[in-house]
Amino acid sequence: MPEFWNDGDPIADTAAPDGPIETRWERRKFSAKLVNPANRRKLTVIVVGTGLAGGSAAATLAEAGYHVKSYCYQDSPRRAHSIAAQGGINAAKNYRNDGDSIYRLFYDTVKGGDFRARESNVYRLATVSVNIIDQCVAQGVPFAREYGGLLDNRSFGGTQVSRTFYARGQTGQQLLLGAYQAMERQIGLGNIEMNARHEMLELIVVDGKARGIVVRDMVTGEITTEMADAVVLASGGYGNVFFLSTNAKGCNVTASWRAHRKGALFGNPCYTQIHPTCIPESGTHQSKLTLMSESLRNDGRVWVPKAREDKRAPGDIPEAERDYYLERIYPSFGNLVPRDIASRAAKNVCDEGRGVGPGGLGVYLDFADAIGRLGKTAVEAKYGNLFEMYQRITGEDPYETPMRIYPAVHYTMGGLWVDYDLQSTIPGLFVVGEANFSDHGANRLGASALMQGLGDGYFVLPTTLGNYLAAGPFAPIPQDHEEVQKARKTVEERISTLLKVDGDRTVDSFHRELGHIMWEYCGMERTEEGLTKAIGLIRSLKEEFWQRVKVPGTGEQLNQNLEKAGRVADFFELAELMCIDALHRRESCGGHFRAESQTPDGEALRHDDEFSYVAAWEYAGDSGKPTLHKEQLEFEYVHPSTRSYK
Amino acid sequence: MAVDTRTPKVAKAKPAATPAKRTSSVALKIFMAVTGILLVLFLYAHMIGNLKIFFGEGTFDHYAHWLRTIGTPILPNEWYLWIQRGGLTIAVVGHVVAATILARRARRARPVKYAHRPKVQGSYAARTMRWGGVIILLFVIYHILDLTTLTLNPKAESGHPYANVVADFAPGRWYVTLFYTLAIVAIGFHLRHGLFSAVRTLGQQKPRGEVIARATALALSLILVIGYLSVPFAVLTGLVD
Amino acid sequence: MDIQVRVWRQSSSEDKGRMVTYDVKDISPDASFLEMLDVLNEKLILDGDDPIAFDHDCREGICGMCSMVIDGVAHGPERATTTCQLHMRHFKDGDVIDVEPWRAAAFPVIKDLVVDRTAFDKIIQAGGYITAPTGAAPEAHSTPVPKKDADLAFEAATCIGCGACVAACPNGSAMLFTAAKVAHLGLMPQGQPERDTRVIDMLQAQDDAGFGGCTNAGECTTVCPKGIPLTLIGRLNSDYRKALRNR
Repeated sequence: MPEFWNDGDPIADTAAPDGPIETRWERRKFSAKLVNPANRRKLTVIVVGTGLAGGSAAATLAEAGYHVKSYCYQDSPRRAHSIAAQGGINAAKNYRNDGDSIYRLFYDTVKGGDFRARESNVYRLATVSVNIIDQCVAQGVPFAREYGGLLDNRSFGGTQVSRTFYARGQTGQQLLLGAYQAMERQIGLGNIEMNARHEMLELIVVDGKARGIVVRDMVTGEITTEMADAVVLASGGYGNVFFLSTNAKGCNVTASWRAHRKGALFGNPCYTQIHPTCIPESGTHQSKLTLMSESLRNDGRVWVPKAREDKRAPGDIPEAERDYYLERIYPSFGNLVPRDIASRAAKNVCDEGRGVGPGGLGVYLDFADAIGRLGKTAVEAKYGNLFEMYQRITGEDPYETPMRIYPAVHYTMGGLWVDYDLQSTIPGLFVVGEANFSDHGANRLGASALMQGLGDGYFVLPTTLGNYLAAGPFAPIPQDHEEVQKARKTVEERISTLLKVDGDRTVDSFHRELGHIMWEYCGMERTEEGLTKAIGLIRSLKEEFWQRVKVPGTGEQLNQNLEKAGRVADFFELAELMCIDALHRRESCGGHFRAESQTPDGEALRHDDEFSYVAAWEYAGDSGKPTLHKEQLEFEYVHPSTRSYK
Repeated sequence: MAVDTRTPKVAKAKPAATPAKRTSSVALKIFMAVTGILLVLFLYAHMIGNLKIFFGEGTFDHYAHWLRTIGTPILPNEWYLWIQRGGLTIAVVGHVVAATILARRARRARPVKYAHRPKVQGSYAARTMRWGGVIILLFVIYHILDLTTLTLNPKAESGHPYANVVADFAPGRWYVTLFYTLAIVAIGFHLRHGLFSAVRTLGQQKPRGEVIARATALALSLILVIGYLSVPFAVLTGLVD
Repeated sequence: MDIQVRVWRQSSSEDKGRMVTYDVKDISPDASFLEMLDVLNEKLILDGDDPIAFDHDCREGICGMCSMVIDGVAHGPERATTTCQLHMRHFKDGDVIDVEPWRAAAFPVIKDLVVDRTAFDKIIQAGGYITAPTGAAPEAHSTPVPKKDADLAFEAATCIGCGACVAACPNGSAMLFTAAKVAHLGLMPQGQPERDTRVIDMLQAQDDAGFGGCTNAGECTTVCPKGIPLTLIGRLNSDYRKALRNR
């Protein structure tokens, strides 16, 4: 296998204090150097992305007195994809007196991440979770409340405590609006310079430090170089490498990937989360997938026909010819098995040719029994809005005919490697939110993504970034500096190359094909053979892309296909690294399932002795082999155990 | 000092010209709501006076005469009437000026029209406020020239309003009745939306209150239209002569 | 199904713009409206034409990016639906569908169907927030909020800032947008200290951005994908009047 990568030196997180885990963050905050308030306005910080992590970071840094320059590709910072999060946000408030605590949230998160996350980081996340709720309530986030006027909680994602705060089905939007409004206040005060419809296309590194970015104004096409004392990436995840995912259409890896190419290590790229209850594809026009709450599995029964290629309508298939496969294989958990197991089982039955709906990519989620048992009114009260959403998209009435569901890529746990300070391997380059790899290990728990994004942005970064900036202000970098000009030239040349190819295939057609390869070979179930094949396919598709892609228009205007082309070009390179990472990790853990590593019952089998580390990959040039640096994970508090759902 | 090394951006380097502070559109609307309500109160008083025509010439002419004596002897004769006229003029002019400012603003707010004319979602009354308003204004001018200054009245006998009204709506002058009817209907439409809109502008905000406000606006407009139209049609049908 | 679309094409903010007709053949009724345009764009690209630029992102009805006036109605014929959630099954084979951008002076066209909605951000900047710097927050349970107020605030806060209200308003007014934010924050106890300045400043920003005034016509609430009620405008007016009195 090492034909695909080189082994490098191990790395370690040197920023985290050791000693008792409960006080590590306290001690780090105390040891962090402070920046004199008068000096802060002389320090400029670039923040790329305006989701929960980027928005909260930009607002907080500006409040602290730093000069912030913020960038997003959308037309307004309020539209970042954090907005689409439905479920809720976890916090160890223990308002229910049900035995929750910071330690329990920490424990659940480490275990949920299948023992592939750093204990220090996760403990800190659990610690700041309580402050996040306070902060959001103070901003006016309209969380659900009880009749007494206090905050309501629910249990989410199979946890046994109720620690999830929510705002009906749109917690993400409400939290993001809180951060956005705080940010707009700072924009109004002149402390944040907001650049919407701008895309970061390159990182500028001078004397080993991240000092700026190259951006393209997506309206005029103008390329500018923006300098600062530090750069923060909050540019989200890379689920769109699969083309079809629950991510927004514009979500991309370019900012992270450009930083990776400049030397930032990429951590655990193969860890992707696949959500079992999404609305399936309806045809070749499909452009994205929509997630429905997992709560549907509480009352819906999952089944497929027993016979292959059974084209009968679901109502015409008699009970005896249906296979309630989750109930059959997992008799004790049945339809409520965890996300990854439910997803994999659905793929398996579809691979057997027993899938339903267009293309045979779907399984039934049937509420007939629930309606019979509870009555239509009760089912409507519980799931009415989800049924309505399903009907809006598919045109089918789930009260009459079973829903069709299929898994879809939902979140990527991997991302740029950062230390306890959220600093990447390039000094001055900090990475927050989904863009970093840090807190979720190999699998993210429900309602934890919002917590991490806001924790990073409101509470962690402002402290740790200050520690870095205390050494500044750094020497000004003139525009004609060699590195600045080089970065700018890279961007300009890439754009002109993309435009010059003028081939005969559209960007989307390449992206779709790449997505198919990734879904097939680097999706829910991965094998050595499949991954090796995928790497070959990706390489030849990438080559074809640079010879045959057709990008219409010019670079000096709003050109949505040019934007897409640049992003897809980066997805090709990322896809290859994801496959290599998946190939090298010969174990199954969390969202990564290697067919070769399973128990006799078909469950994921970890190999803690061999793989209890973070795989941090170093970029090695266009055709070179990436170098693997291992960060060994130590579990002093939560000892690795195996989960079972039979 | 780290920064200030960014490439100059022509478009952005130029500070956006701060536009002149506009008068608050909500303040203008509150003004319109208040003046509008004053005018409606006047219309109702005027209507009640009009209906006296059904009690005969003596009652009607006496009422018209009484109007001139309101406030006496504290005020000299006709002073109250002139004060009221002054107030009404200010209200009308203010209402129209505010409406004009807002209408111009609205026009400038959409410089390019939709190629596909938007489907009507709101009520007909809501969309005809401006043209309705213009028709009403023209009518008021005519109405004053007709029955106040008597310039355009066929009979033009000062002090005999009953006779003037009857002459005005004589069957041979059907076009006057038609114009009058159109104008009253326009006022009806104007008030149907205008009254609700005024209440909303003054802060009505409960869904139930909205139903009540809309129903009341409709009822008040209908009563006004019926009340005003009863006079010319009574003349036309010979009920009053 | 086969349809025709007449689409507003405008190469830049300086261009005058015009409606152009395209045939779209063999489109699935299960495709969304945006996916129909994706299919058309793929064809335009391969034919060497300029594809149609339009804003879109999440495609699940929450980001507020998509913005098309379809047959004269903002977000198209389905109520409480964003353009991205509108599906072709609501149209008939052979239909001719007009597609235009939001039209408002405050939302200048950037290209084709893409408009600049920065004016909304400006309104928020003027006061659409609660000043609560990070770290200054008291314990979340220290201020109970009556459930009724919290629910009403939430309903107002569901606004996705798409701008359909402005597009539909005969006056090009942004009152529903501003009213929703003023109501959201004004209903929470945390929003009380800035309640008066917020409404005055946000309305000033709205007027200065070139939006028209409200005539309570109600077109906005009809097209609003989140069904923000017209009553909130009454609340805004009332808040404004009280704020003027308190000034």
